[in-house]
Amino acid sequence: MSAQTGGAARFVGASVKRREDPRLLTGGGQFVDDVQLPGMLHAAFVRSPLASARIASIDTQAALAVPGVVAIFTGADDFPRLPPWWPSEANVPAQHPLAIEDVRFVGDPVAIVIAESRYIAEDACELVDVAYEARTPIVDYRAAGEEGAPVVHAELGTNLVAEMASPPDPALEAAFAGSDHVFKETIKSHRYAAVPMETRGFVASWNKAGGELTVHMAGQAPHVARAYFALSLGLPEHAVRVIQRDVGGGFGQKAFQARDDMAVLHAAMRIDRPLKWIEDRQENLTAATHSRHEQITIEVGVNNDGLLQAIRLDHVLDAGAYPAMPAEADPGLVAAWFPGPYKVPHFGFRNVQYYTNTTARGPYRGPWLIETTVRETMLDIVARGIGMDPAEVRRRNSIQAADQPYQLHSGIVFDRVSPAETLEQAVEMAHYAQFREEQAAARAEGRLLGIGIASYIEPTAFGGGRSMGIEAATIRIEPSGKVTCLMGLGSYGHSVETTMAQVVADELGVAFEDVTIVQGDTASAPVGGGNLGSRSAVIGGAVAGMSARKARAKILDLAGHLMEAAPDDLELVDGVVSVKGSPASSMALTEITQVAYNGADRLPEGMEPGIEETTRWSAPFVTHSNATHVCMCEVDRNTGLVKLLDYVVSEDCGVMINPMVVEGQISGGVVQGIGGALLEHIPYDADGNPLAVNFKDYLLPVADLIPEIRIGHIVTPSDTPGGHKGAGEGGTIGGVAATVNAVADALAPLGVTITEQPLSPSRLLALIEQASA
Amino acid sequence: MSRQQVEMTVNGRVHAGEVEPRLTLVDFLREDCALTGTHTGCEQGVCGACTVLVDGEPMRSCLMFAVQADGAQVTTIEGIGGGREGLTPVQQAFMDNHGLQCGYCTPGFIVTVEAFLRDTPSPSDEQIREALSGNVCRCTGYQGIIAAVRQAADQLAAEARS
Ligand code: FES
Ligand code: FES
Repeated sequence: MSAQTGGAARFVGASVKRREDPRLLTGGGQFVDDVQLPGMLHAAFVRSPLASARIASIDTQAALAVPGVVAIFTGADDFPRLPPWWPSEANVPAQHPLAIEDVRFVGDPVAIVIAESRYIAEDACELVDVAYEARTPIVDYRAAGEEGAPVVHAELGTNLVAEMASPPDPALEAAFAGSDHVFKETIKSHRYAAVPMETRGFVASWNKAGGELTVHMAGQAPHVARAYFALSLGLPEHAVRVIQRDVGGGFGQKAFQARDDMAVLHAAMRIDRPLKWIEDRQENLTAATHSRHEQITIEVGVNNDGLLQAIRLDHVLDAGAYPAMPAEADPGLVAAWFPGPYKVPHFGFRNVQYYTNTTARGPYRGPWLIETTVRETMLDIVARGIGMDPAEVRRRNSIQAADQPYQLHSGIVFDRVSPAETLEQAVEMAHYAQFREEQAAARAEGRLLGIGIASYIEPTAFGGGRSMGIEAATIRIEPSGKVTCLMGLGSYGHSVETTMAQVVADELGVAFEDVTIVQGDTASAPVGGGNLGSRSAVIGGAVAGMSARKARAKILDLAGHLMEAAPDDLELVDGVVSVKGSPASSMALTEITQVAYNGADRLPEGMEPGIEETTRWSAPFVTHSNATHVCMCEVDRNTGLVKLLDYVVSEDCGVMINPMVVEGQISGGVVQGIGGALLEHIPYDADGNPLAVNFKDYLLPVADLIPEIRIGHIVTPSDTPGGHKGAGEGGTIGGVAATVNAVADALAPLGVTITEQPLSPSRLLALIEQASA
Repeated sequence: MSRQQVEMTVNGRVHAGEVEPRLTLVDFLREDCALTGTHTGCEQGVCGACTVLVDGEPMRSCLMFAVQADGAQVTTIEGIGGGREGLTPVQQAFMDNHGLQCGYCTPGFIVTVEAFLRDTPSPSDEQIREALSGNVCRCTGYQGIIAAVRQAADQLAAEARS
């Protein structure tokens, strides 16, 4: 807990049941598709069936003749070019809401059809006649930089998005030369996606007379979206209101709005009626963003004692046609945060990113997690190579408490992290030594058991003075004595209506039930950064606490005046102000609010009426959480099927507001990691057609695949108010690597090295057969 | 397209209307009956988000046409718990065990589990996992959901004994 806690901590640290649940459990949630406005029309998109083509002509006549079709917009309707989300040094093409002359991936939006119902809009889409002149696409990002490769954006003259490299370093070369062993592998990450259960969606209504646009959306950051919409649409920021009530997951995919999203808003402003667009699942799997398609060639210099000497990375990324995040972000994070929890004296990197005629790369929970996947799978390859247990290799190289603050090559400083501690706790919880014995016995019978470890240090809640690192909370003690806290968050399942109320209730000294959190609406909340980047607890929790303390101070000042006591002698507990040590002398909060709102003549000299306090706070550059995952599995030799036996996480996210919620975030994240490692995949054929466009082909983890996930906590408070660290993404970051390592360990006796996922039965069977051939 | 008359009882109330034969049951429930608690995640019968009870049996309302439910008794999430009685033991167990985060998949899970525990009063852990495996949740990692079904099953079994 923070040193300045007002009341005793009764709610922070407790697994308080969620506020959000009763409505969601009884069908009372309000998701964007539940919004019905009078006169509302429906949109559907005509999308490119080709990966690369010139649009020769578009004939909308037959479609427009369908009864119930109201309008059709195409690239010829001049929806303005999208402004960039960020300034970027990269080669960035013009982005238009609808394709103008060229289509650049299967799913590229070509036309938007507006009709009285979604059924009619889809019928009409079929009748929009688009003549394409097909071109040869570039599909393989590893070939996109080659001489003569088709160029995705002709205006750029190259497929190169951006590249970065560390300066030449003779000491690095010398360290490799001096190492007892050097291992080198190319580890590939396949293309998969965030797949929120609720797809993207909007209901936009333009009030022409009032000059106001109201946008209900499935999003993650209402104010960030509002600013972007205003800029894109040429409206004053305050003329746009963004509302998100309940949102069915996002995981990064809904953090930034893309071309088709903007087409919906432009269309809404050209018709006089509210417009709804709800993405269908096929669109979500083809036209919303994809993630994680990249590879890293890693070289590791290591000595016989297991101590790492040098690491070099060569990172190549697939940006797709219209990347939905700044090009520098993911490779930059990988380069700056490698080698994570281990001490490595010498490090170098290069990265390069290319455009391809495929769906855009976009953020998905731990967008840079290849950093962990590559490091941790490589550490196991190294351990096998030098004949040392993987846990021991990690133990010998881990950053210890005594090493901190520990500075990486990039200048990033790790402090208040506990990688050595989570490693030990995880290994212990997994009964590691015992599993090794069972594994040896099983191997003697020809069975393939495996155990995999993955550790990481995760940058969370980026601050450093930019908008994402700044958050505000307005706390209003209502005339009734109840508390409303307004925040610029955009929960899509994070439980902030519960967790923020826990913080506020504690800091104020009122009952949890008396605090309501209002978020997800730009009309009520102060400007904030929304829910992304594992920031809501760290930054939101801090600022909610600060505002609560301000409000509490005012309550005590006023109470002191009314009770003729020094404010310092007063306490506020359970909504009652009393003199410390003599509870008989007290005033209920409602008596105080009566004076604040309805008795200005009784206020002390100079005090404003009402009790409403806002704090806006800029978080420090970054807050680090860390964890170690251990996955245990058995691979069936005959079918290649992976059965997960057990899964352990030891994590350190600092002070937990609500352990139940933290564990929920971890479990959900781990299963997304497992899904990525074993099942989820959107392959493309050579012509640029995506081959998993529905849930029959895009396999998601379900309950019978998932073992119990056991979670241990190490609590090293951060130096931010409240002591919290982000917990949103870590589960996924460790989940991929631990699962891959468990399977690789199971197959180790066959002499198999795994450098590619997903670890589907067919891939594993091929490896097993290859090994026994 | 020629319209067809359809009439069904949803959560105890009769809903009648003229619909296109191709209108799915889920769209009829959400739009014509204004019962938006039933969600769609795939419209292909895979994710289970749209599960409702049709004559007591869990059905994927994205795979059925409204006209196929003509004359049926339909129960949606709005017909389970809530109101004066509060949450059912299944819903309460989901709340107690953090069996939901965003809540989008939740109505489908609740409907599925209500029917499962009615038909399988003392399930094994394996039966629980299997019964849940037709529903996708992207948020929870299933831990809270599995624990919730266990709790609800134990509670319902204890109530049946007493
Ligand atoms: S929406 Fe019906 S099963 Fe997915
Ligand atoms: S709670 Fe979000 S999909 Fe299940």
